[in-house]
Amino acid sequence: VWKTRVDKVNAELVTLTYGTIVSQLCADYDNDYAQVNQQLDKMGYNIGMRLIEDFLAKSNTGRCGNFRDTAEMISKVGFKIFLNITPTVTNWTADNKQFSLLFDENPLADFVELPDDGRAQDELWFSNIFCGILRGALEMVQMSIEARFVSDVLRGNDVTEMRVTLIRYIEDEMPPDDE
Amino acid sequence: MGREVSESCVDGVVMEMVAAYCGRFYAAKPELAAGRIEAIGFQVGHQLSERYTMERPRFTDHLEAIKFICKDFWSELFKKQIDNLKTNHRGTFVLQDNHFRWLTRVSLDPAVENTDATENDSGSLGDSAAQTTSMLLYFPCGLIRGALTNLGIPCAVSADMSNLPACSFVVRIKT
Repeated sequence: VWKTRVDKVNAELVTLTYGTIVSQLCADYDNDYAQVNQQLDKMGYNIGMRLIEDFLAKSNTGRCGNFRDTAEMISKVGFKIFLNITPTVTNWTADNKQFSLLFDENPLADFVELPDDGRAQDELWFSNIFCGILRGALEMVQMSIEARFVSDVLRGNDVTEMRVTLIRYIEDEMPPDDE
Repeated sequence: MGREVSESCVDGVVMEMVAAYCGRFYAAKPELAAGRIEAIGFQVGHQLSERYTMERPRFTDHLEAIKFICKDFWSELFKKQIDNLKTNHRGTFVLQDNHFRWLTRVSLDPAVENTDATENDSGSLGDSAAQTTSMLLYFPCGLIRGALTNLGIPCAVSADMSNLPACSFVVRIKT
C-alpha cells in the first residue's frame, strides 16, 4: 500500500495554492495589506510549530551550539529539505544575534505578480508566511526570535532579504518553587 | 519536471489554510468557510489543468477528461492514481481514492478542534472531527471542479467519506 510513498512532489501545487490564498486574503481584508501580512505570519507560525517535528525527524541532527549554527541549519538543512533551496546567510551583527537570509530563488513567488494598485508594492510582504514558519519552528526548540522581510524582488528590490533576530533562549519552564 | 518540494510543505499549507478559514476567519459561518476553501481549490485546479494539458490534444468526450483527472492529474498531485472509477453513463462519475493522502495524514484530535465541548460529550466531539474532515475535502472537490471546468466541463463535485480513509469524489456533469 505504501510503495507509492515519495517525499518530493511537484512544487506547482504549493506555489499556486499559496498564491491563491494570498489573493483571497487580500480580497477578504479589502486590500488592507498590513492585515494580510499579519495573517500570513500567523498561518506560518502554526505551520512552523508542526513542521519542526518533521524537520527533527528528517534531519536527524544534534543540538546547535550557538545562533550562528542555527542560522546555517535553517538555510542548509531546513530550507533545503522542505523547499530544496538554500538561502544565503549573511549580514551578521557584531553580537551574533541578527542575520539576514537572502533568497535568490523562492518557490512561493514563481509566476507571481503583486496587485497593481500602487500600494501592494510598498505594503504587501508576499512571502511573509516564511517569517511565521521560522518563528513557530524555533519557538518549539526554545528560541524566541523575530523575523521580517526588509526587501523583496517582487517589490522591485534587487534582493529578497529577511532579517532574523534572536530575542532570547527560552528557559525550560520550571514548576513553581515551593522553598 | 519543474521544481520539487517536500510534500509536508503542501500538507502544511493546505491544512493551515483550512484551519484558518474554519477556525479564525469564518468560525461562526462554516458554510462561508466551505465556500472560500472550495473557491481556492477551484482556482488552483483551473490553473493546474491548464498547465498539465498544454501539450495534449483536446479531449473528445467527458469520459476521456475524467480519465485524465483520475490518471495524470491525480498522479501529479498525489503520486498515485484514483483507484476506482464508476459511472452511471448519465453524467455522474464516482472517483474513489482508497488512501486519500490528506485524510491519512490529518490528525483528528477533537480536543484541539473543539474546546467548547465537554470531555464526556463524545457525540459532539465526533461531529466536530467529522466536520473538520469534511472541511478539508472542500479543497480537493474544488480542485476537481476547477480542472474539469477548465476543460470545458461544468460540473458539481461532492465528497463521500463514509468509509475512511477511502474517499469518493462524486462528479455530476451539468448538461
